[in-house]
Amino acid sequence: MIEIQNLTKIFHDKTGTVTALQDVSTTIQDKDIFGIIGMSGAGKSTLLRCLSMLEEPTSGKILLDGQDISTLKGAAQRQARKKMGVVFQGYNLLMQKTVAENVAFPLKLEKYDPKAVESRVQELLSLVGLADRASAYPAQLSGGQKQRVALARALASQPSVLLCDEPTSALDALTTQSVLKLLSDINHKLGVTIIIITHELEVVHSICNRMAVIDESRIVEQGDTKAIFECPQSPIAKLLLGKENC
Amino acid sequence: MTEFLAQNGSLLVQGTLETLYMTLVSTLLAYLIGTPMGVLLTITKPGALAACPRFNGIFSWIVSILRSLPFIILMIFIIPFTRAVVGTSIGCTAAIIPLTLSAAPFVARMVESSLEEVDKGVVEAVKSMGATNWQIVTRVMLVESIPSLLRGMSISTITILGYTTITGAVGAGGLGNLALRFGYQRYQSDVMYATILLLILLVCIIQSIFEVVARHADKRNR
Repeated sequence: MIEIQNLTKIFHDKTGTVTALQDVSTTIQDKDIFGIIGMSGAGKSTLLRCLSMLEEPTSGKILLDGQDISTLKGAAQRQARKKMGVVFQGYNLLMQKTVAENVAFPLKLEKYDPKAVESRVQELLSLVGLADRASAYPAQLSGGQKQRVALARALASQPSVLLCDEPTSALDALTTQSVLKLLSDINHKLGVTIIIITHELEVVHSICNRMAVIDESRIVEQGDTKAIFECPQSPIAKLLLGKENC
Repeated sequence: MTEFLAQNGSLLVQGTLETLYMTLVSTLLAYLIGTPMGVLLTITKPGALAACPRFNGIFSWIVSILRSLPFIILMIFIIPFTRAVVGTSIGCTAAIIPLTLSAAPFVARMVESSLEEVDKGVVEAVKSMGATNWQIVTRVMLVESIPSLLRGMSISTITILGYTTITGAVGAGGLGNLALRFGYQRYQSDVMYATILLLILLVCIIQSIFEVVARHADKRNR
Protein backbone atom coordinates (compact mmCIF):
# COMPACT_ATOMS: atom_id res chain seq x y z
CA MET A 1 0.00 0.00 0.00
CA ILE A 2 1.22 3.47 -0.82
CA GLU A 3 -0.02 6.42 1.19
CA ILE A 4 0.79 9.89 -0.05
CA GLN A 5 0.22 12.43 2.70
CA ASN A 6 0.08 16.19 2.13
CA LEU A 7 2.84 16.07 -0.45
CA THR A 8 4.13 19.48 -1.52
CA LYS A 9 6.98 20.20 -3.89
CA ILE A 10 8.25 23.70 -4.52
CA PHE A 11 11.03 24.40 -7.01
CA HIS A 12 13.26 27.44 -6.58
CA ASP A 13 14.99 28.87 -9.58
CA LYS A 14 16.28 32.21 -10.81
CA THR A 15 12.87 33.35 -11.99
CA GLY A 16 11.24 32.66 -8.64
CA THR A 17 9.42 29.73 -7.07
CA VAL A 18 7.19 27.21 -8.79
CA THR A 19 4.78 25.10 -6.81
CA ALA A 20 4.60 21.81 -8.68
CA LEU A 21 2.60 19.89 -6.08
CA GLN A 22 0.33 21.38 -3.44
CA ASP A 23 -0.90 19.28 -0.54
CA VAL A 24 -1.43 16.09 -2.53
CA SER A 25 -2.89 13.14 -0.61
CA THR A 26 -4.06 9.79 -1.88
CA THR A 27 -3.89 6.10 -1.10
CA ILE A 28 -3.03 3.36 -3.57
CA GLN A 29 -4.01 -0.16 -2.53
CA ASP A 30 -1.95 -3.26 -3.33
CA LYS A 31 -2.65 -4.66 -6.80
CA ASP A 32 -4.38 -1.49 -7.94
CA ILE A 33 -3.79 -0.13 -11.41
CA PHE A 34 -3.89 3.50 -10.47
CA GLY A 35 -4.09 6.16 -13.16
CA ILE A 36 -2.98 9.74 -12.60
CA ILE A 37 -4.23 12.00 -15.34
CA GLY A 38 -3.69 15.69 -15.97
CA MET A 39 -2.74 18.27 -18.56
CA SER A 40 0.94 18.94 -19.18
CA GLY A 41 2.37 21.13 -16.45
CA ALA A 42 -0.23 19.99 -13.92
CA GLY A 43 2.44 18.38 -11.73
CA LYS A 44 1.94 14.70 -12.52
CA SER A 45 5.53 14.07 -13.57
CA THR A 46 6.80 15.71 -10.39
CA LEU A 47 4.54 13.39 -8.42
CA LEU A 48 6.06 10.37 -10.15
CA ARG A 49 9.58 11.70 -9.62
CA CYS A 50 8.83 12.04 -5.91
CA LEU A 51 7.44 8.49 -5.83
CA SER A 52 10.54 7.11 -7.56
CA MET A 53 12.80 9.07 -5.19
CA LEU A 54 14.40 11.07 -7.97
CA GLU A 55 13.05 14.23 -6.35
CA GLU A 56 12.79 15.00 -2.65
CA PRO A 57 9.46 16.56 -1.66
CA THR A 58 9.47 19.92 0.12
CA SER A 59 7.04 18.59 2.71
CA GLY A 60 4.69 15.68 3.24
CA LYS A 61 5.22 11.94 3.33
CA ILE A 62 5.17 8.97 0.99
CA LEU A 63 4.58 5.77 2.92
CA LEU A 64 5.40 2.49 1.17
CA ASP A 65 4.00 -0.28 3.36
CA GLY A 66 4.25 2.06 6.33
CA GLN A 67 7.82 3.26 5.71
CA ASP A 68 8.39 6.89 4.73
CA ILE A 69 10.54 6.68 1.59
CA SER A 70 10.62 10.39 0.81
CA THR A 71 13.43 11.23 3.22
CA LEU A 72 15.63 8.17 2.74
CA LYS A 73 19.30 8.64 1.90
CA GLY A 74 22.24 6.53 0.73
CA ALA A 75 22.05 2.76 1.07
CA ALA A 76 18.53 2.77 2.55
CA GLN A 77 17.28 4.78 -0.41
CA ARG A 78 18.98 2.46 -2.90
CA GLN A 79 17.39 -0.51 -1.17
CA ALA A 80 13.93 1.10 -1.32
CA ARG A 81 14.42 1.93 -5.01
CA LYS A 82 14.79 -1.77 -5.75
CA LYS A 83 11.22 -2.28 -4.54
CA MET A 84 9.98 0.03 -7.29
CA GLY A 85 10.32 -0.46 -11.00
CA VAL A 86 10.15 2.63 -13.21
CA VAL A 87 9.15 2.77 -16.88
CA PHE A 88 9.79 6.02 -18.76
CA GLN A 89 8.21 7.64 -21.78
CA GLY A 90 11.58 7.71 -23.57
CA TYR A 91 12.39 4.06 -22.64
CA ASN A 92 15.86 5.08 -21.37
CA LEU A 93 17.51 1.83 -22.40
CA LEU A 94 21.27 1.37 -22.44
CA MET A 95 21.98 1.79 -26.14
CA GLN A 96 25.36 0.03 -26.10
CA LYS A 97 24.00 -3.12 -24.45
CA THR A 98 21.87 -5.93 -25.85
CA VAL A 99 18.26 -6.51 -24.85
CA ALA A 100 19.34 -9.33 -22.52
CA GLU A 101 22.08 -7.18 -20.96
CA ASN A 102 19.59 -4.37 -20.38
CA VAL A 103 17.20 -6.67 -18.54
CA ALA A 104 20.06 -8.25 -16.58
CA PHE A 105 21.45 -4.83 -15.59
CA PRO A 106 19.47 -4.29 -12.35
CA LEU A 107 20.18 -7.88 -11.31
CA LYS A 108 23.92 -7.36 -11.69
CA LEU A 109 24.01 -4.38 -9.33
CA GLU A 110 24.38 -6.80 -6.44
CA LYS A 111 26.28 -10.04 -5.98
CA TYR A 112 24.72 -12.48 -8.37
CA ASP A 113 24.82 -15.99 -9.75
CA PRO A 114 25.31 -15.77 -13.55
CA LYS A 115 23.11 -18.80 -14.21
CA ALA A 116 20.26 -17.51 -12.09
CA VAL A 117 20.46 -14.12 -13.86
CA GLU A 118 20.40 -15.79 -17.26
CA SER A 119 17.33 -17.86 -16.52
CA ARG A 120 15.56 -14.87 -14.93
CA VAL A 121 16.28 -12.78 -18.04
CA GLN A 122 14.86 -15.53 -20.25
CA GLU A 123 11.77 -15.70 -18.08
CA LEU A 124 11.23 -11.93 -18.21
CA LEU A 125 11.77 -11.73 -21.96
CA SER A 126 9.22 -14.49 -22.51
CA LEU A 127 6.80 -12.62 -20.27
CA VAL A 128 7.02 -9.51 -22.50
CA GLY A 129 7.09 -11.57 -25.69
CA LEU A 130 10.65 -10.78 -26.77
CA ALA A 131 12.46 -14.06 -26.07
CA ASP A 132 13.71 -14.20 -29.66
CA ARG A 133 15.30 -10.70 -29.55
CA ALA A 134 17.61 -11.28 -26.57
CA SER A 135 20.80 -10.54 -28.49
CA ALA A 136 19.46 -7.54 -30.45
CA TYR A 137 20.47 -3.97 -29.61
CA PRO A 138 17.79 -1.38 -28.69
CA ALA A 139 18.47 0.56 -31.91
CA GLN A 140 17.21 -2.46 -33.86
CA LEU A 141 13.84 -2.50 -32.08
CA SER A 142 10.58 -0.66 -32.67
CA GLY A 143 9.15 1.74 -30.06
CA GLY A 144 6.74 -0.85 -28.71
CA GLN A 145 9.48 -3.45 -28.42
CA LYS A 146 11.74 -0.97 -26.63
CA GLN A 147 9.02 -0.26 -24.11
CA ARG A 148 8.61 -4.02 -23.56
CA VAL A 149 12.32 -4.30 -22.83
CA ALA A 150 12.05 -1.38 -20.42
CA LEU A 151 9.14 -3.14 -18.75
CA ALA A 152 11.07 -6.41 -18.42
CA ARG A 153 14.00 -4.44 -16.97
CA ALA A 154 11.76 -2.65 -14.48
CA LEU A 155 10.33 -5.98 -13.32
CA ALA A 156 13.72 -7.71 -12.99
CA SER A 157 14.27 -7.03 -9.31
CA GLN A 158 10.73 -8.19 -8.47
CA PRO A 159 9.40 -4.81 -7.37
CA SER A 160 6.11 -4.56 -5.53
CA VAL A 161 5.26 -1.34 -7.37
CA LEU A 162 5.64 -0.42 -11.03
CA LEU A 163 5.71 3.31 -11.81
CA CYS A 164 4.97 4.23 -15.41
CA ASP A 165 5.63 7.76 -16.65
CA GLU A 166 3.63 8.29 -19.87
CA PRO A 167 4.50 4.73 -20.94
CA THR A 168 2.53 4.85 -24.19
CA SER A 169 2.74 8.51 -25.15
CA ALA A 170 5.40 7.88 -27.80
CA LEU A 171 3.57 4.87 -29.29
CA ASP A 172 0.90 4.52 -31.94
CA ALA A 173 -2.66 3.45 -31.07
CA LEU A 174 -2.25 -0.24 -31.82
CA THR A 175 1.08 -0.56 -30.01
CA THR A 176 -0.43 1.37 -27.10
CA GLN A 177 -3.18 -1.25 -26.85
CA SER A 178 -0.71 -4.14 -26.78
CA VAL A 179 1.50 -2.46 -24.15
CA LEU A 180 -1.55 -1.71 -22.00
CA LYS A 181 -2.72 -5.30 -22.30
CA LEU A 182 0.73 -6.44 -21.24
CA LEU A 183 0.62 -4.12 -18.20
CA SER A 184 -2.74 -5.48 -17.19
CA ASP A 185 -1.52 -9.09 -17.66
CA ILE A 186 1.50 -8.36 -15.49
CA ASN A 187 -0.77 -6.89 -12.84
CA HIS A 188 -2.88 -10.09 -12.80
CA LYS A 189 -0.02 -12.57 -13.08
CA LEU A 190 2.50 -11.03 -10.72
CA GLY A 191 0.20 -9.02 -8.47
CA VAL A 192 2.31 -5.87 -8.95
CA THR A 193 0.75 -2.54 -8.05
CA ILE A 194 0.89 -0.27 -11.09
CA ILE A 195 0.81 3.51 -11.08
CA ILE A 196 0.43 5.14 -14.50
CA ILE A 197 0.96 8.82 -15.17
CA THR A 198 -0.65 9.87 -18.42
CA HIS A 199 -2.45 12.57 -20.33
CA GLU A 200 -4.36 10.01 -22.41
CA LEU A 201 -7.90 9.29 -21.26
CA GLU A 202 -7.89 6.05 -23.22
CA VAL A 203 -5.09 4.62 -21.09
CA VAL A 204 -6.91 5.26 -17.83
CA HIS A 205 -10.22 4.11 -19.21
CA SER A 206 -8.94 0.80 -20.53
CA ILE A 207 -6.84 -0.54 -17.64
CA CYS A 208 -7.01 1.58 -14.46
CA ASN A 209 -9.41 0.50 -11.73
CA ARG A 210 -8.80 3.68 -9.74
CA MET A 211 -7.72 7.14 -10.82
CA ALA A 212 -6.87 10.65 -9.73
CA VAL A 213 -7.14 13.88 -11.68
CA ILE A 214 -4.39 16.45 -11.15
CA ASP A 215 -4.90 20.07 -12.06
CA GLU A 216 -2.77 23.07 -11.14
CA SER A 217 -0.62 21.09 -8.68
CA ARG A 218 -3.55 19.61 -6.75
CA ILE A 219 -5.55 16.42 -6.89
CA VAL A 220 -9.00 17.71 -7.76
CA GLU A 221 -10.78 14.39 -7.97
CA GLN A 222 -10.09 10.74 -7.21
CA GLY A 223 -11.94 7.46 -6.98
CA ASP A 224 -13.14 4.52 -9.08
CA THR A 225 -12.41 4.99 -12.75
CA LYS A 226 -15.90 3.87 -13.73
CA ALA A 227 -17.64 6.31 -11.41
CA ILE A 228 -15.51 9.25 -12.50
CA PHE A 229 -15.95 8.47 -16.18
CA GLU A 230 -19.71 8.23 -15.67
CA CYS A 231 -20.14 11.29 -13.57
CA PRO A 232 -17.13 13.57 -13.09
CA GLN A 233 -17.43 16.15 -10.31
CA SER A 234 -14.56 18.59 -10.86
CA PRO A 235 -14.71 21.16 -13.65
CA ILE A 236 -11.45 19.96 -15.18
CA ALA A 237 -12.57 16.30 -15.26
CA LYS A 238 -15.86 17.36 -16.81
CA LEU A 239 -13.93 19.28 -19.42
CA LEU A 240 -11.55 16.38 -20.09
CA LEU A 241 -14.38 13.88 -20.43
CA GLY A 242 -16.67 16.15 -22.35
CA LYS A 243 -19.44 15.78 -19.78
CA GLU A 244 -20.10 19.33 -18.79
CA ASN A 245 -23.79 18.80 -18.08
CA CYS A 246 -23.47 15.80 -15.80
CA MET B 1 65.49 6.94 -54.30
CA THR B 2 67.24 3.62 -53.53
CA GLU B 3 70.35 5.52 -52.64
CA PHE B 4 68.42 7.87 -50.38
CA LEU B 5 66.79 4.96 -48.56
CA ALA B 6 70.09 3.13 -48.19
CA GLN B 7 71.60 6.22 -46.64
CA ASN B 8 68.75 7.37 -44.44
CA GLY B 9 66.36 4.40 -44.24
CA SER B 10 67.41 3.07 -40.88
CA LEU B 11 67.42 6.60 -39.47
CA LEU B 12 63.86 7.17 -40.62
CA VAL B 13 62.64 3.81 -39.32
CA GLN B 14 64.22 4.50 -35.96
CA GLY B 15 62.69 7.98 -35.89
CA THR B 16 59.26 6.60 -36.68
CA LEU B 17 59.49 3.96 -33.97
CA GLU B 18 60.65 6.54 -31.43
CA THR B 19 57.77 8.85 -32.34
CA LEU B 20 55.28 5.99 -32.04
CA TYR B 21 56.75 4.95 -28.70
CA MET B 22 56.49 8.45 -27.24
CA THR B 23 53.00 8.99 -28.66
CA LEU B 24 51.44 5.72 -27.57
CA VAL B 25 52.94 5.56 -24.07
CA SER B 26 52.12 9.24 -23.39
CA THR B 27 48.55 8.82 -24.64
CA LEU B 28 48.04 5.77 -22.44
CA LEU B 29 49.43 7.54 -19.35
CA ALA B 30 47.53 10.74 -20.14
CA TYR B 31 44.29 8.74 -20.26
CA LEU B 32 45.11 7.03 -16.96
CA ILE B 33 45.36 10.46 -15.33
CA GLY B 34 42.89 12.37 -17.50
CA THR B 35 39.93 9.97 -17.39
CA PRO B 36 39.32 10.23 -13.63
CA MET B 37 39.78 14.01 -13.96
CA GLY B 38 37.16 14.12 -16.72
CA VAL B 39 34.78 12.00 -14.65
CA LEU B 40 35.23 14.34 -11.67
CA LEU B 41 34.64 17.39 -13.86
CA THR B 42 31.39 15.86 -15.11
CA ILE B 43 29.83 14.42 -11.99
CA THR B 44 30.52 17.37 -9.70
CA LYS B 45 28.68 19.85 -11.92
CA PRO B 46 25.58 21.48 -10.44
CA GLY B 47 22.66 19.07 -10.75
CA ALA B 48 24.91 16.14 -11.70
CA LEU B 49 25.44 12.83 -9.93
CA ALA B 50 27.72 14.04 -7.13
CA ALA B 51 27.02 17.75 -7.43
CA CYS B 52 29.62 19.90 -5.71
CA PRO B 53 29.62 23.24 -7.53
CA ARG B 54 32.36 24.87 -5.45
CA PHE B 55 34.83 22.02 -6.02
CA ASN B 56 33.81 21.87 -9.68
CA GLY B 57 34.48 25.57 -10.17
CA ILE B 58 37.97 25.40 -8.65
CA PHE B 59 38.91 22.14 -10.34
CA SER B 60 37.71 23.32 -13.74
CA TRP B 61 39.79 26.46 -13.30
CA ILE B 62 42.92 24.43 -12.46
CA VAL B 63 42.42 22.25 -15.54
CA SER B 64 42.12 25.36 -17.71
CA ILE B 65 45.28 26.87 -16.25
CA LEU B 66 47.22 23.66 -16.87
CA ARG B 67 45.96 23.58 -20.44
CA SER B 68 47.03 27.13 -21.14
CA LEU B 69 50.71 26.50 -20.31
CA PRO B 70 52.69 26.41 -23.58
CA PHE B 71 54.08 22.91 -23.97
CA ILE B 72 57.67 23.98 -24.55
CA ILE B 73 57.63 26.06 -21.34
CA LEU B 74 56.12 23.21 -19.33
CA MET B 75 58.73 20.83 -20.70
CA ILE B 76 61.62 22.99 -19.51
CA PHE B 77 59.85 23.99 -16.31
CA ILE B 78 59.52 20.38 -15.09
CA ILE B 79 63.00 19.17 -16.01
CA PRO B 80 63.92 18.63 -12.33
CA PHE B 81 60.79 16.50 -11.90
CA THR B 82 61.52 14.53 -15.09
CA ARG B 83 65.06 13.90 -13.90
CA ALA B 84 63.75 12.69 -10.54
CA VAL B 85 61.37 10.22 -12.18
CA VAL B 86 63.32 8.92 -15.18
CA GLY B 87 66.89 9.69 -14.09
CA THR B 88 67.58 11.92 -17.10
CA SER B 89 65.87 14.75 -18.94
CA ILE B 90 67.15 13.75 -22.39
CA GLY B 91 65.74 11.09 -24.68
CA CYS B 92 62.41 9.56 -25.61
CA THR B 93 61.53 8.10 -22.22
CA ALA B 94 62.24 11.42 -20.53
CA ALA B 95 59.98 13.20 -23.05
CA ILE B 96 57.06 11.01 -21.99
CA ILE B 97 56.83 12.82 -18.65
CA PRO B 98 56.12 16.35 -19.97
CA LEU B 99 54.01 14.90 -22.80
CA THR B 100 51.80 13.05 -20.31
CA LEU B 101 51.47 15.98 -17.93
CA SER B 102 50.64 18.35 -20.72
CA ALA B 103 48.10 16.05 -22.34
CA ALA B 104 46.29 14.93 -19.15
CA PRO B 105 44.18 18.11 -18.72
CA PHE B 106 43.42 18.07 -22.45
CA VAL B 107 42.28 14.45 -22.13
CA ALA B 108 40.19 15.43 -19.09
CA ARG B 109 38.25 17.91 -21.24
CA MET B 110 37.83 15.35 -24.03
CA VAL B 111 36.47 12.77 -21.57
CA GLU B 112 34.24 15.40 -19.99
CA SER B 113 32.65 16.30 -23.32
CA SER B 114 32.04 12.63 -24.15
CA LEU B 115 30.41 11.97 -20.78
CA GLU B 116 28.24 15.06 -21.18
CA GLU B 117 26.65 13.39 -24.21
CA VAL B 118 25.33 10.46 -22.16
CA ASP B 119 21.53 10.61 -22.01
CA LYS B 120 20.46 12.03 -18.61
CA GLY B 121 17.34 9.89 -18.79
CA VAL B 122 19.39 6.71 -18.91
CA VAL B 123 21.39 7.83 -15.87
CA GLU B 124 18.13 8.52 -14.04
CA ALA B 125 16.70 5.15 -15.02
CA VAL B 126 19.73 3.38 -13.61
CA LYS B 127 19.62 5.53 -10.50
CA SER B 128 16.01 4.49 -9.96
CA MET B 129 17.16 0.85 -10.01
CA GLY B 130 19.23 1.53 -6.91
CA ALA B 131 22.67 1.76 -8.54
CA THR B 132 25.50 3.46 -6.63
CA ASN B 133 27.30 6.44 -8.17
CA TRP B 134 30.35 4.25 -8.77
CA GLN B 135 28.20 1.75 -10.69
CA ILE B 136 26.58 4.56 -12.68
CA VAL B 137 29.97 5.98 -13.69
CA THR B 138 31.72 2.70 -14.49
CA ARG B 139 28.85 0.70 -15.96
CA VAL B 140 26.74 3.36 -17.62
CA MET B 141 28.49 6.66 -18.32
CA LEU B 142 31.87 5.25 -19.37
CA VAL B 143 30.23 2.40 -21.33
CA GLU B 144 27.47 4.32 -23.10
CA SER B 145 30.01 6.89 -24.28
CA ILE B 146 32.58 4.42 -25.67
CA PRO B 147 32.17 5.45 -29.34
CA SER B 148 32.53 9.12 -28.43
CA LEU B 149 35.48 8.39 -26.11
CA LEU B 150 37.23 6.53 -28.94
CA ARG B 151 36.75 9.44 -31.34
CA GLY B 152 38.11 11.78 -28.68
CA MET B 153 41.05 9.44 -28.22
CA SER B 154 41.98 9.75 -31.88
CA ILE B 155 42.08 13.54 -31.51
CA SER B 156 44.19 13.25 -28.34
CA THR B 157 46.61 10.78 -29.89
CA ILE B 158 47.19 12.95 -32.94
CA THR B 159 47.61 16.06 -30.77
CA ILE B 160 50.21 14.24 -28.68
CA LEU B 161 51.92 13.07 -31.87
CA GLY B 162 52.22 16.74 -32.80
CA TYR B 163 53.77 17.52 -29.43
CA THR B 164 56.37 14.76 -29.80
CA THR B 165 57.90 16.68 -32.69
CA ILE B 166 58.46 19.61 -30.35
CA THR B 167 60.28 17.41 -27.86
CA GLY B 168 62.69 16.76 -30.74
CA ALA B 169 63.94 20.28 -30.22
CA VAL B 170 65.45 19.34 -26.86
CA GLY B 171 67.00 16.11 -28.03
CA ALA B 172 64.22 13.61 -27.41
CA GLY B 173 64.61 11.82 -30.73
CA GLY B 174 61.81 10.89 -33.06
CA LEU B 175 60.81 12.31 -36.42
CA GLY B 176 60.67 15.90 -35.18
CA ASN B 177 64.26 15.67 -34.08
CA LEU B 178 65.27 14.28 -37.50
CA ALA B 179 63.49 17.04 -39.36
CA LEU B 180 65.17 19.64 -37.21
CA ARG B 181 68.70 18.22 -37.37
CA PHE B 182 68.77 17.36 -41.08
CA GLY B 183 66.36 19.83 -42.55
CA TYR B 184 67.09 22.93 -40.47
CA GLN B 185 70.61 22.50 -39.21
CA ARG B 186 72.19 20.62 -42.13
CA TYR B 187 70.08 21.90 -45.04
CA GLN B 188 69.26 18.33 -46.10
CA SER B 189 65.75 19.04 -47.16
CA ASP B 190 65.12 15.54 -48.60
CA VAL B 191 65.26 14.01 -45.11
CA MET B 192 62.96 16.72 -43.82
CA TYR B 193 60.42 16.03 -46.54
CA ALA B 194 60.62 12.31 -45.80
CA THR B 195 59.86 12.91 -42.12
CA ILE B 196 56.91 15.14 -43.03
CA LEU B 197 55.60 12.43 -45.32
CA LEU B 198 55.95 9.86 -42.55
CA LEU B 199 54.15 12.11 -40.08
CA ILE B 200 51.26 12.59 -42.53
CA LEU B 201 51.08 8.83 -42.96
CA LEU B 202 51.08 8.24 -39.19
CA VAL B 203 48.28 10.74 -38.65
CA CYS B 204 46.16 9.19 -41.42
CA ILE B 205 46.69 5.66 -40.13
CA ILE B 206 45.87 6.58 -36.52
CA GLN B 207 42.75 8.45 -37.66
CA SER B 208 41.53 5.52 -39.79
CA ILE B 209 42.13 2.91 -37.12
CA PHE B 210 40.15 4.86 -34.53
CA GLU B 211 37.38 5.58 -37.03
CA VAL B 212 36.94 1.87 -37.81
CA VAL B 213 37.12 0.81 -34.16
CA ALA B 214 34.65 3.51 -33.06
CA ARG B 215 32.18 2.61 -35.78
CA HIS B 216 32.44 -1.04 -34.88
CA ALA B 217 31.97 -0.31 -31.18
CA ASP B 218 28.85 1.82 -31.67
CA LYS B 219 25.69 -0.29 -31.35
CA ARG B 220 23.31 2.62 -31.98
CA ASN B 221 23.20 2.57 -35.76
CA ARG B 222 22.86 -0.94 -37.00
